[in-house]
Amino acid sequence: MTALSTHGEPPPERRVVAPWADAVFSLLAHGAAWFTLLLLVAIIGSLLMGAMPAIREYGLGFLTNAEWDPVKEKFGGLVMIYGTLMTSFIALLIAVPVSFGIALFLTELSPAWLKRPLGTAIELLAAVPSIVYGMWGLLVFGPILATYVQGPLQKMFGGVPYLGAFFSGPPVGIGILSAGIILAIMIIPFIASVMRDVFEVTPPMLKESAYALGSTTWEVVWRIVLPYTKAGVVGGIMLGLGRALGETMAVTFVIGNMNQLDSLSIFEAANSITSALANEFAEAGEGLHQASLIYLGLVLFFITFVVLALSKWLLSSLKKNEGKRT
Amino acid sequence: MNPNVATSMTSATNATSAASATSATSAAKPDPRQNAVHRARKRNNTIALALSLGAMAFGVFWLLWILFETVRLGVGGLALSVFTEMTPPPQAETGGLANAIFGSVVMVGLATLIGTPIGVLSGVYLAEYGQKTWLGRVTQFINDILLSAPSIVIGLFIYALVVARWKSFSAIAGVLALALIVIPVVIRTTENMLSLIPHALREAAYALGTPKWKVIWSVTLKSARAGVVTGVLLAVARIAGETAPLLFTALSNQFWTTDLSQPMASLPVTIFKFAMSPYENWQKLAWAGVFIITMGVLALNILARVLFKNKN
Repeated sequence: MTALSTHGEPPPERRVVAPWADAVFSLLAHGAAWFTLLLLVAIIGSLLMGAMPAIREYGLGFLTNAEWDPVKEKFGGLVMIYGTLMTSFIALLIAVPVSFGIALFLTELSPAWLKRPLGTAIELLAAVPSIVYGMWGLLVFGPILATYVQGPLQKMFGGVPYLGAFFSGPPVGIGILSAGIILAIMIIPFIASVMRDVFEVTPPMLKESAYALGSTTWEVVWRIVLPYTKAGVVGGIMLGLGRALGETMAVTFVIGNMNQLDSLSIFEAANSITSALANEFAEAGEGLHQASLIYLGLVLFFITFVVLALSKWLLSSLKKNEGKRT
Repeated sequence: MNPNVATSMTSATNATSAASATSATSAAKPDPRQNAVHRARKRNNTIALALSLGAMAFGVFWLLWILFETVRLGVGGLALSVFTEMTPPPQAETGGLANAIFGSVVMVGLATLIGTPIGVLSGVYLAEYGQKTWLGRVTQFINDILLSAPSIVIGLFIYALVVARWKSFSAIAGVLALALIVIPVVIRTTENMLSLIPHALREAAYALGTPKWKVIWSVTLKSARAGVVTGVLLAVARIAGETAPLLFTALSNQFWTTDLSQPMASLPVTIFKFAMSPYENWQKLAWAGVFIITMGVLALNILARVLFKNKN
């Protein structure tokens, strides 16, 4: 009614409160986004700059040279790179099947009331700080591993040619194998929760059709769910791999920090990129030693970047497919 | 990609349907060979499910074992002196972790204060401004990588940026390193939470003539408050246990200090130093520290979950 009665009068003046606020807020938000972007560029730039002396001195030969001698100022990264890759490989070997089992349990087997608490328990494994894993691994898990796993393994494979070399050396519970096992425990929650999430996006229609045709639970998971979520599963594994490659403290505690590559045994103490950085960087003198360590950091960042980018790409390709399908 | 999945899927369905079709005929006329197939399928299923149950138990087993050892070994070293006395020299009779706990609280607090606004604003950008722009897509991609990037590399970066320039390890450097870890965590949760807010809410506010900043500030961010707080709590939990980025930024300090331009002790770095030492009193304190950190971080995680669940 009032609207009608004011007919003819000009509409009430539009009051603009703080006209600059919109521009400022948008600027702040854009600025924060740019900041994140520039952060990555700055990290890569500073690593490149710091590593430059070592890159000039050794070039790519750094990656295949196993000599690391701070006293004689001779540096090569092969020992650490091998340690990083080998521990991560062992971690994946254990973590992938276990995570798959956990995801299968959480999506297909678990009673509804148990899903949440069990899922939370697995996710809490990821929340435990890595220094706790490290200390536990060194003082509790290592000795047990030495007595009950390494000893028997050595007895079993000791005489086997070639394979035996992997299990030689003193079973002290410190070295590549223990680092790998602890890394596996640490990355299980990441892989398992991605797998669980992608398993849950499988359209129920597909699964129910298979069940209706008489498939067992296992057949549904193996032949319907897994092919459908292939990309996501690999993405989750890549995510776990990225985490394992970059994990520092837990590895530093249990790998033994020895620069050797004379024996390929997984019982032998070794070194990884991250543990070399953690142990030596603060004490390293400026110059070639520090530059070589930063070079190692650059290599690590490059590897994890590629692995994580691949993971992200695989996971988003699954999401896109999902959109097209439904 | 797409047709690939589709074909493998149909072939899989065909295979199962063929199998079940044959087993259906076998029901009419029992055939021992078919029965063997049926039994094998059932057996495989049972084995697979048992293994899956085993995997679940395997996962939970580690969590329980680690918690058990942390409590068993940590409670023994726990005393009031842990919170009131400074870190001792090796083989001393007394001593605590007071300066390390203080240092951790200061650095984690400041890092959260610095990282949260940047993270929230970036998250706002991703959810409200840049969904369809190249900057939005690239930032989101990079953020996911930073989220999982090795934290020790962040330490290297801050070392080059701050420590090398001022020629001194300092608490400020530690704070900055931790703040850089907070940012991606907060961005991720803020963006996720904001994109859960229904569009109708935003449209209703716009229809009333509300400017965009006000819509974001008093409508979307406000409705997503619990989610954003969850993100911040998770970020605090993450950096409270971070050791690697502090090793060559904040370093450590034997003494109580409030000077941010000096090296500062922190709980994780002190634990690292003490745990690797052969001295019994240091190891005992390290276990007490591990107990404090583990319980604190797990409590924060559970709090974040509860908070988020209540809201939704």
